[in-house]
Amino acid sequence: MTTTRVELDEPKCVASGQCALAAPDVFDQRDEDGVAVLLEEYPGEELLHDARQAEAVCPAAAIRLVER
Amino acid sequence: MVVGASAAGLAAAETLRRAGHDGPLTLVGDEPHAPYDRPPLSKQILSGTWPAGRLPLRRDEDLDALDLDLRWGTAATGLDLADRAVRLADGSWVPYDGLIVATGVRPRRLPGEGAHVLRTLDDALALRDVLTPGTRLVVVGAGFLGAEAAAVARGLGVHVTLLEPSPVPLAHAVGTEVGGMLSRVHLEHGVELRTSVTVTEVVEDGVRLADGEVVEADEILVAVGSLPNTGWLADSGLALGDGVVCDEYCEAAPGVYAAGDVARWYNPLFGTSMRIEHRTNAAEQGMAAARNLLAPPEARTPFAPVPYFWSDQYGLRIQAHGCLRGHDEVAVVDGDMAERRFVAAYRRGGRLTGALAVGMPPGVVRAWRKAVADGTAWHEAVRDEAAAPDGPIGIGDHHGRETARARQ
Repeated sequence: MTTTRVELDEPKCVASGQCALAAPDVFDQRDEDGVAVLLEEYPGEELLHDARQAEAVCPAAAIRLVER
Repeated sequence: MVVGASAAGLAAAETLRRAGHDGPLTLVGDEPHAPYDRPPLSKQILSGTWPAGRLPLRRDEDLDALDLDLRWGTAATGLDLADRAVRLADGSWVPYDGLIVATGVRPRRLPGEGAHVLRTLDDALALRDVLTPGTRLVVVGAGFLGAEAAAVARGLGVHVTLLEPSPVPLAHAVGTEVGGMLSRVHLEHGVELRTSVTVTEVVEDGVRLADGEVVEADEILVAVGSLPNTGWLADSGLALGDGVVCDEYCEAAPGVYAAGDVARWYNPLFGTSMRIEHRTNAAEQGMAAARNLLAPPEARTPFAPVPYFWSDQYGLRIQAHGCLRGHDEVAVVDGDMAERRFVAAYRRGGRLTGALAVGMPPGVVRAWRKAVADGTAWHEAVRDEAAAPDGPIGIGDHHGRETARARQ
């Protein structure tokens, strides 16, 4: 069974909030500057689709899902 | 087969694999680089904050895992819809069962030699090399790209003259008030901004204006918009009209879809056809086109996004959701424009169609995005704000619409 880990490259984040829209259970945004906050580093099966969507729509390419 | 190997083409290829396509998949791109990110070109790459090594959109091992037939540095030169094949620059034909066109745009240029444009990594590196303190740079066009480049250049100690044909930069895109605020920010940072001037050509020592005056420059950046890369499709039979014309599924012809900057498709959320040159749209539309290409006809989904873009200028981050161009009215609905912390709402017809925010908390911005996505009536969206203590400030802005029309 593989697990999937979410990597967030915070310095790349442009605070678009697209991840929090696509995967609200995996990502949030800091109030002060909107930078992404990772809520679930190892999202469960039920969150994987959303997390992949967030990875794909991130306009800064700051999110990467790694299967291991 | 996917033609175009930037954000849209890459997203399409990844989605095709994820959605179960395990047959051959060719990805063709005319640049000699693996897919890389463009927004940082006018920001971190131009300023030298990031090395070019930070730009690739995927690591080599992630690309390898997609098992693609990669053709970097290879332009597509023709399409035969009947035989279902794409011709490449070397004269060979590659057959396909399904095709996604994601060939993007190229910069518009001016007559004359020697000016920079800013679209590719090579463009950005060439411009970065000449932005040394004291250099006199003329930027033609005060749109978002020209404005970002001007901001970076000022930060590098470059003397910047920004030339713009309209009376207020960006008025057609974001309205006269927001455009005016951004102009003031440039002036405060020492940019020499000249509006209502038309540049006719690049000459040896600068640029020539319509009235014959020559504005002298050591270096010139032309940032006057883009043209869709559809030349290779001219004889294909595909409908072309400021982009590859598609339906709401992003389909241009049976088995042929388009995505990203090159695609003009019907967005049912706003009831209009649009072509969008935004980073987020490229990825979203690449995914949507790929899903629809593989789906049975009854399972296809219309592509109905809320467009999003951002721009960084002198530490201000501008974020916009929805459709701002062609608006009938703009109103500041939260914060204070003078403090450069605000939300501006955009009306077209009776509906809230867009929201632009500077320096506001993410929760506030997301609430306005949702109101746009829900197609909220203008009087409801703005009435709710009217109950707040600071209330809305109405800004009549019919001018913006006229400018947008004049430019089309």
